[in-house]
Amino acid sequence: MTLYGRKIPKMASLVVWLIIWEIVGQLDLLMLFPPFSSVLMAMGEVVTARSFNEALWITASSYALGMGLALVVGITMGILMGLFKPIDNMLNMWVNVFLSAPLSALVPIFMILFGLGTPTVVVTVFMFAVWIIVLDTRAGVQNISPSLMEMSHSFGANRFERAKIVLLAALPEILAGIRLGLVRGVKGVVIGQLLVSIIGVGALFALYQQNFLMSHFWALIVLLFTFALTMADLIGRLEKRIEYYAHVRS
Amino acid sequence: MKIATAEFIQNGAQPVTGANKIIEVKNVSKVYGTEVVALKDINLDFEAGQLTSLLGPSGCGKTTLLKIIAGLLPATQGDILVNGKKVTAPGPERAFVFQDFALLPWATVLDNAAFGLKMQGKPKAERDDIANHYVKEVGLDGFQKSYPHQLSGGMRQRVGLARALSVNADVLLMDEPFSAVDEQTRRKFQEDLIRLREVEKKTFIFVTHSIEEAVYVSDRIILLSPRPGRVSEIIDPDIPSDIGPDELRRNEVYLETVENIWHGIKKYVD
Ligand SMILES: Nc1ncnc2c1ncn2[C@@H]1O[C@H](COP(=O)(O)OP(=O)(O)O)[C@@H](O)[C@H]1O
Ligand SMILES: [Mg+2]
Repeated sequence: MTLYGRKIPKMASLVVWLIIWEIVGQLDLLMLFPPFSSVLMAMGEVVTARSFNEALWITASSYALGMGLALVVGITMGILMGLFKPIDNMLNMWVNVFLSAPLSALVPIFMILFGLGTPTVVVTVFMFAVWIIVLDTRAGVQNISPSLMEMSHSFGANRFERAKIVLLAALPEILAGIRLGLVRGVKGVVIGQLLVSIIGVGALFALYQQNFLMSHFWALIVLLFTFALTMADLIGRLEKRIEYYAHVRS
Repeated sequence: MKIATAEFIQNGAQPVTGANKIIEVKNVSKVYGTEVVALKDINLDFEAGQLTSLLGPSGCGKTTLLKIIAGLLPATQGDILVNGKKVTAPGPERAFVFQDFALLPWATVLDNAAFGLKMQGKPKAERDDIANHYVKEVGLDGFQKSYPHQLSGGMRQRVGLARALSVNADVLLMDEPFSAVDEQTRRKFQEDLIRLREVEKKTFIFVTHSIEEAVYVSDRIILLSPRPGRVSEIIDPDIPSDIGPDELRRNEVYLETVENIWHGIKKYVD
């Protein structure tokens, strides 16, 4: 972005939005919408509170567990679907259904199945993240040039080496799937905890809301957004390095 | 043994049969699905140390035959014998050069050239040594650490060639290796191939759809006709070996051979 011929750093637009937030907040139009400065101050309180650290720990661990499962299951499923037509025929429809389904509606069912605790949140994270990883991995495997596999076969590559080539050749797409999955997983962990509402950040949100601590409420939202975007950005950077040579593959 | 449905031999030179055959194609047919007959009753011998071209219009089954010989595709009927042994899978005595190069995009030139050796379990130092030798031999010295995407099409195919040479196979199977490179590079390649053949003393089976290319580089040309793929003629061009590439393109025997093949092939091209 340029203004009067000068280059403006990306952060500048963010600053503009924060100033607008501050002004609107100061006008005191909505009780739900405190100025950014008080959100910032509340953030200090939020992150130092013991409840926050507990919530953070629970949230992080359910997120990590759900994502871990989603990665293992998603990449495995995607590779199998990409390699074997019958498996693809059986699963493709369901993957697409779950990808576009409003998964939040399923959380109450998970609560019945897995109880009002961390397992439900883990399953929610998993369900939010896994399908896009499956689909992108599948696309990556299907895009591998057949001659690359013939080449490895003709030079005597064993099963393990061939699997390695499949994985490396599909890596750009797999990473794209992981990046999207990580962001969806954050949605999953927040929605899961909000609906369960007695653990993790969900419990904190409920607490702040019930006590009209709107600055704290917003501070928590800002923290979560920052986390999700940072994760996506990190994977995005990794992706660029891989794509550097992968997008020119013949 | 029936070698071809119609045999046409240039300048009365008899094709050498029997003595040195390294590959035998016996009654090979290939049907894709239920109706696409890509090859029908192919019987051929390939002589050791010769460069034999499979020539024919697009879709006549050249790639199919080459892949069956490579063990990458099963024949619907018939057998391939390499040194008298039946082919069921790829083997270390055959190396393939791919039309689209088939290089690993994440590996350097040297690692790509060493791929076959790595699959054979050769230790790193040894395989790098051998691969390095062939990378130099194909004219890519200085590019060992480059990645495929940094190279031109012609250079990529040289990597493919170095990879095939590194495993020291007896037979090199080349599927239109020069079709994806530009005309100038292609000529250089053809000259290099002829030189390489003299240095390496290997058997080459070379697929092409260019008559000129086939006549220039081959000891023997097998002309395939399409739908279904059959052997229509076998030609042994008898071009003096001591003339240079520029002279060759004006050589009478060369021009006459090209002309004869074109007459044989014309009816299949519409
Ligand atoms: N995997 C396949 N499935 C069905 N038909 C095929 C397949 N591969 C090749 N064919 C058909 O077989 C015939 C020979 O193909 P190919 O061997 O590639 O010919 P060439 O290399 O001479 O151009 C063509 O008609 C082609 O359409
Ligand atoms: Mg072909």
